[in-house]
Amino acid sequence: MSTDVKIPQELSKAQHPTPKGVKLPIYMDNHATTPMDPRVLEEMLPFFMEKFGNAASRNHSFGWAAEEGVETARERIAKLVGATTKEIIFTSGATESDNLAIKGVAEMYREKGNHIITAVTEHKAVLDTCKRLEKNGYRVTYLPVQKDGLIDLDDLKRAMDDKTILVTIMFANNEIGVIQPVTEIGKLCRERGVIFHTDATQAVGKVPVDVNKQNIDLASISGHKMYGPKGVGALYVRRKNPRVQLAAIIDGGGHERGMRSGTLNVPGIVGLGKACAVAQEDMPQESCRLAGLRNRLKDRIMNRLDETYINGSMEHRLPGSLNISFAYVEGESLLMGINDIAVSSGSACTSATLEPSYVLKALGAGDDLAHSSIRFGIGRFNTEAEVDYVADRVIETVERLRELSPLYEMAKEGINLKDVKWAGEAH
Amino acid sequence: MSYSDKVIDHYNNPRNVGSMDKNSSDVGTGLVGAPECGDVMKLQIKVNPQTNVIEDAKFKTFGCGSAIASSSLATEWVKGKTVDEALAIKNMDIVKELSLPPVKIHCSVLAEDAIRAAIGDWKKKQDTAKPVVAEAK
Repeated sequence: MSTDVKIPQELSKAQHPTPKGVKLPIYMDNHATTPMDPRVLEEMLPFFMEKFGNAASRNHSFGWAAEEGVETARERIAKLVGATTKEIIFTSGATESDNLAIKGVAEMYREKGNHIITAVTEHKAVLDTCKRLEKNGYRVTYLPVQKDGLIDLDDLKRAMDDKTILVTIMFANNEIGVIQPVTEIGKLCRERGVIFHTDATQAVGKVPVDVNKQNIDLASISGHKMYGPKGVGALYVRRKNPRVQLAAIIDGGGHERGMRSGTLNVPGIVGLGKACAVAQEDMPQESCRLAGLRNRLKDRIMNRLDETYINGSMEHRLPGSLNISFAYVEGESLLMGINDIAVSSGSACTSATLEPSYVLKALGAGDDLAHSSIRFGIGRFNTEAEVDYVADRVIETVERLRELSPLYEMAKEGINLKDVKWAGEAH
Repeated sequence: MSYSDKVIDHYNNPRNVGSMDKNSSDVGTGLVGAPECGDVMKLQIKVNPQTNVIEDAKFKTFGCGSAIASSSLATEWVKGKTVDEALAIKNMDIVKELSLPPVKIHCSVLAEDAIRAAIGDWKKKQDTAKPVVAEAK
C-alpha cells in the first residue's frame, strides 16, 4: 500500500470552507507512520549532544550515561510487552526484526526442520524473507485468510508437520487492521514445540501485548508506528520456556548478546523506550477514544453512502483502523479529490507494481473492490472535528466520482457488472 | 505521486461528462477497460451522417485521475473532427498534452482505445443501416 500521498501545498489550501479547529492538511495515515510525540522528542534531545557516548564504552561517564539511557528504554519496552530486559534486542526497525527472527530461527534450527508457516496477508518484510528462504531450500506454507482477514486455526493445525520449526503470523495487519488470534496461535505452537514469531509492529502500544499470556516467542516492534522515532525497532526474544536461539544476520562487535552487532542508536532507543512508556500509560483511554472516533467516521460515511464495504473484521481490529471500499469509485481518484487529507488506498494506481493490494485480494473481495479501497488510520493527534471534516469530504467526493463513473450508471440501470464481457480484461 | 496542472484541471473540471442514447443510430459508444483492472472508460460520440463530423462527445470514467483526465481530453479533441481525423489521435499525443508519467501511459492507451471503440460502434451501425438505404433507392 502506498504511503507517499504527496499533498501539493497550493492544493492543501483548500477551496472548501475549513471548520473551526481543523488545520489542513489532515494526517490520517497512522498505519504508515505516526508523528512523534513531543514527550518522546524531549526525552531524546540530551542524547544527541550532551549524552552522546557509545553505550558500549564501559570505562567512562559518557558511555555510562548512554548505557543508562539504553537500559531504561529496555526496561520500558520489556514492561509494555510483559518481557524481561534481557529479552529485548535493539534493531533498526521492524523490517530488520522480522528478518532477524525468521532467518535467525531458520538457520539455527535447520537440523530440526525446514518448514515455516506464515499467512498470505503478512507484511512484505515477512513474505519476502520467507521467499528468500524458499530459494535456500526451506519449505514455506502460506495460509489463506477468511473473509474477515483472520486465519483459520484448523488450517494452521493441518499445516504443521514434524519438520515445522517456525510459525510467523502478524499480530495486527497494516492494511486492514485486523487482529489475529495470537493467543490461540501461540498455544498451538507451544503444544507442538514450534517457535512462534509475531510481527507486532502495528499492535504494540495500541492494544495489550503480553508475550507470556499469549505464548509469543519472538515479537517485532517498531518505534515510528507508536509516536517514536524512525530507524529504531526491537525484537523480543524469549529466554526461557523455551529458550529461543537466533543466528545473527549482522556480525561485528557482539552487541545485543551477539544477536545484533553495531553501535547502538542511543537517541532512537531512548525515544522508542519513552514511546512505550507513554503508550502504556495512555493506552486505556487512548484506545477507547480512537475506537470511538473510528466508529464515528464509519457511521457518518456509511449512513450517507450506499454500497460501501468494510474490509476485515470490525470485531477483531485495532482501535484507530478503518478500511472501506467505495464501489464504482477508483481509490486513487478518490485520494486526489480529498487531497487535503492524507490517507492511503489499495488501488493498483497507488502502487509501483500496478497490482491492487494483495491483502484485500486475499479477503476474496474481488479486484474491483480492492481498487476502490481507502485506509484510514486515526491516531493520537486526530480530533473529532477532523474526523467529521474527513467524513464530509469523502462523502462529497465519492458522490461526485460516482456521477462520473460508468460502472455506477450501469449498476443503476440494473446491469450486473459481473455479467458484462469487459473489452479490457486482457489489460 | 504528483499530478500535472492539466491533469488536475481535467479532474476538477471534467469536460463533457454524461451519456447519450446508445441505441441512437448516429451515436457510437466505446466501453473499454475492466473493473478488475481499475479502469473503465465509456466514450460516446454523436456523428453527423452527412459530414462524418463528430458533433458531440460524452464520457464517464471509473479510474484514477489520469484516466479521468485522458478521457476528458479525448472528448474535447474529437469534437469537431471528422471520424477519420479522430482516428488519427494517438495515445502519445495525450501523454504529451497531460504530461503523464510512464506509469500512467496505460490511461492514454485506454483513451485511444475508447475513441476507436466508439467510432467502430458507430461505423457498425452505419454498415447495418446501409442495405436498408440501398433498398430504398
